[in-house]
Amino acid sequence: MAEALLAVAGLRKRFGGLAVTDEVSFDVAAGEIHAVIGPNGAGKTTLIHQLSGTLRPDAGSIRFGGREVTGLGLARRARLGLARSFQITSVLPGFTALENAALAVQVRSGSSFRFLRAAAAERALNDEAMAVLEQVGLGARAGVMAGLLSHGEKRQLELAIALAMRPRLLLLDEPLAGAGPEETERLIGILRGLRGRYAILLVEHDMQAVFALADRISVLVYGRVIATDVPAVIRANAEVRAAYLGEDEAA
Amino acid sequence: MSLGLLLVQGLNGLQFGVLLFLVAAGLTLVFGVMDFINLAHGVQYMLGAYLGASLAAWTGSFWLGLVLALPAALLCGLVLEWLVFRHLYERDHLSQVLATFGVILFLNQAVRAIWGSAPLQMPVPALLEGGVQLMPGLQYPVYRIAILVAGLAVAGLLWLLVERTRVGALVRAGATHAPMVAALGVDIRGLFMLVFGFGAMLAGFAGVMAAPVLSVDPGMGDTVLILAFVVITIGGIGSVRGAFIAALLVGVIETLGRSLLPDLLRLVMAASPARQAGAALGSMLVYIAMALILAVRPRGLFPVRG
Amino acid sequence: MRAALVVLAALAAAPFLGFGEGYSLTLLARVMILAMAAVSLWLLVGGAGLVSLGHAAMLGIGAYAVVVLDDARVTDAVVVVPVAMAAASLFALATGAVAIRTSGVHFIMITLAFGQMAFFTASSLAAYGGDDGYTLYGRMTVLGHRWLEDRMVFHYLCLGLLALVLLGTRMVLGSRFGRVLRAARENPVRVEAVGFSPYPYRLVAYVLAGAVAGLAGVLLANAAEFVAPSYLAWQRSGDLLFMVILGGLGSLQGAVLGAVGFVLLEEWLGHLTEHWRLIFGPLLVLSVLFLKGGLVGVLRRG
Repeated sequence: MAEALLAVAGLRKRFGGLAVTDEVSFDVAAGEIHAVIGPNGAGKTTLIHQLSGTLRPDAGSIRFGGREVTGLGLARRARLGLARSFQITSVLPGFTALENAALAVQVRSGSSFRFLRAAAAERALNDEAMAVLEQVGLGARAGVMAGLLSHGEKRQLELAIALAMRPRLLLLDEPLAGAGPEETERLIGILRGLRGRYAILLVEHDMQAVFALADRISVLVYGRVIATDVPAVIRANAEVRAAYLGEDEAA
Repeated sequence: MSLGLLLVQGLNGLQFGVLLFLVAAGLTLVFGVMDFINLAHGVQYMLGAYLGASLAAWTGSFWLGLVLALPAALLCGLVLEWLVFRHLYERDHLSQVLATFGVILFLNQAVRAIWGSAPLQMPVPALLEGGVQLMPGLQYPVYRIAILVAGLAVAGLLWLLVERTRVGALVRAGATHAPMVAALGVDIRGLFMLVFGFGAMLAGFAGVMAAPVLSVDPGMGDTVLILAFVVITIGGIGSVRGAFIAALLVGVIETLGRSLLPDLLRLVMAASPARQAGAALGSMLVYIAMALILAVRPRGLFPVRG
Repeated sequence: MRAALVVLAALAAAPFLGFGEGYSLTLLARVMILAMAAVSLWLLVGGAGLVSLGHAAMLGIGAYAVVVLDDARVTDAVVVVPVAMAAASLFALATGAVAIRTSGVHFIMITLAFGQMAFFTASSLAAYGGDDGYTLYGRMTVLGHRWLEDRMVFHYLCLGLLALVLLGTRMVLGSRFGRVLRAARENPVRVEAVGFSPYPYRLVAYVLAGAVAGLAGVLLANAAEFVAPSYLAWQRSGDLLFMVILGGLGSLQGAVLGAVGFVLLEEWLGHLTEHWRLIFGPLLVLSVLFLKGGLVGVLRRG
């Protein structure tokens, strides 16, 4: 069997005496949407940080595309094709939507140590950036400063930036966070459109979205993966219901 | 170069280091607690020296000068806080740097306008005159030893205050989690003023102590300020312990470097170029040391914030 | 860029509008040279978000390169200018490599410390006058010609170079490189997440700014035909930073407006009283507290 696109094995991270990531192992196959769910404080954010390269794990390994990336930083992993979106919107507020995306295109199209030619006039960069904006439905807002976009639009832009990197794996950290019902609907539609074209690791609170989108789901509780399976099996898993869904129903 | 010279310069270095610590302690606390970068902290040191020297001349007593200069320095600090600094806490570091730079320009000039450009003298108190014999034939001034002892005593007191009292605990907590401390219902403004005034007084104290051995002139605060910055950068911003260790380190490196390097270089080159190269290298030594330390530990030796 | 163009045009016309005598031209040369240095600092502060409090060192190293070469009787611009710019760039590279690893307030303090290191080094160079400074034998020659002795030629040389620096910096800011640089100022984590490591871009910007400041240093040395360690003093770095803020961080032309405003204010207050800093200091404080957006902001609102 060929190696999975992302293979996490025995990942561990402790803060003081607290194990926030405890022997976490799972993988994401090419083209798969793999969701990670878990109650608050389960260690989802810490996990994302370790996968994207902003936090170094204490032990374990992360392999991406058949290559050990555990020791690499955020920028290096991004260039290998691991695109991360942020839970708290992280765009460049003083840049237009188009420029936000064009910056990501710039990474993989030649050197950025070019000093004189105006980047804003580079057709190749702009065309590709425009294409991803269209893809997430932001085409009409390309010229607007990102800081002036609505919350939902910023979430869309966040996705567009990730797509502009032409990644092999999208690491989406609560892409629906803070979005209203209509915006959620639209974002789910966009994510559905990405199915099969990109492998996606989806960390999300919105259970409906997760069960609608995911091919497989891993459940994280107190830093441990207690189950990984297809949605139907996860839904029926007693331990998962006790640890997580029960809490959801009570709320 | 003899062992005696080495001993004397080593002591001078420690004494300078202790003075640096008194200035740097206020700077690092103010930055740690308020996230406020205060270039004008060096003028507090200068004001301390000027106030001490004039008050000592006016009362005819070093001790009265010292005792009166401390509350005067405190008052100056609080007035500056009230007039300028408190309007800058919410602003970015760039604004803080520039506004406090403006305060320096004003105060340096004010000192010049009031006391003139010529250095002021402050006599050593009779009680601390004379010297002690370090080695046969080698005298070291009592006053310089007194500076060292007083500085170490204040450092110890400060350590007790920060580590062992409730106010100290608040200051430490404020250095790492200011919003949290404010949320607990502590009067953060009051805490700021306290820390600020205290820092100003420490710097003023250092200024008075230094006045009899160093020259009291309008630019004296700037030199100390920059070395104090080096100290808190090396020590880790916000860390009193780091400031202490780094201050002694910087004091010794600076003093020994400037005095010994020309002699050391003479071992390998001719006298005249050795003097020049030694002087140049000696004055660079502290900064080179800083660069080396930061190259390994960009946040200093004892980083407070993660 | 309209305001900057107006200033450049005014500087071009000044010699024919009654500002053609020695004193005025000296003052205007100072304005243009400091504007050049301020533009290079703007690239760091406004462009890259790197608040340097040691920029005068780059200027001073450029000036001292002139001194060292002058002492060795090398006075032709063809040699002096590249050597001075290279010297300032090298210093920027060496110190920047350490400083840019840090950020925020650490960066401010480290650049200040490195600047001070250069200052003390210059002060200890007894062969070049030490604290007292060094008087040049004369202005640089250009391919053996003594053109720069002519005040008008020097005036237009400074003006031309200022225009060139302004244009060049504007192009750099708009380029691919500049885009990464500006993005890293706004949100460094975002920039890393798309795959750029900000460090090399910031370091190159630091070196570029050093080179331009070095060029300004060469001109400053030639304008006064004298160089002293005070050129590198940290107060000069503070002055440069003030020019940048006075003009406004929102736009590159702010650096030019700030330099003009600064030098004229200094000059005017200097005529009023010997203790002009008693007025200048509080004005600086007030402008930081109330003049948000700088002169550019005032022009935009007005």
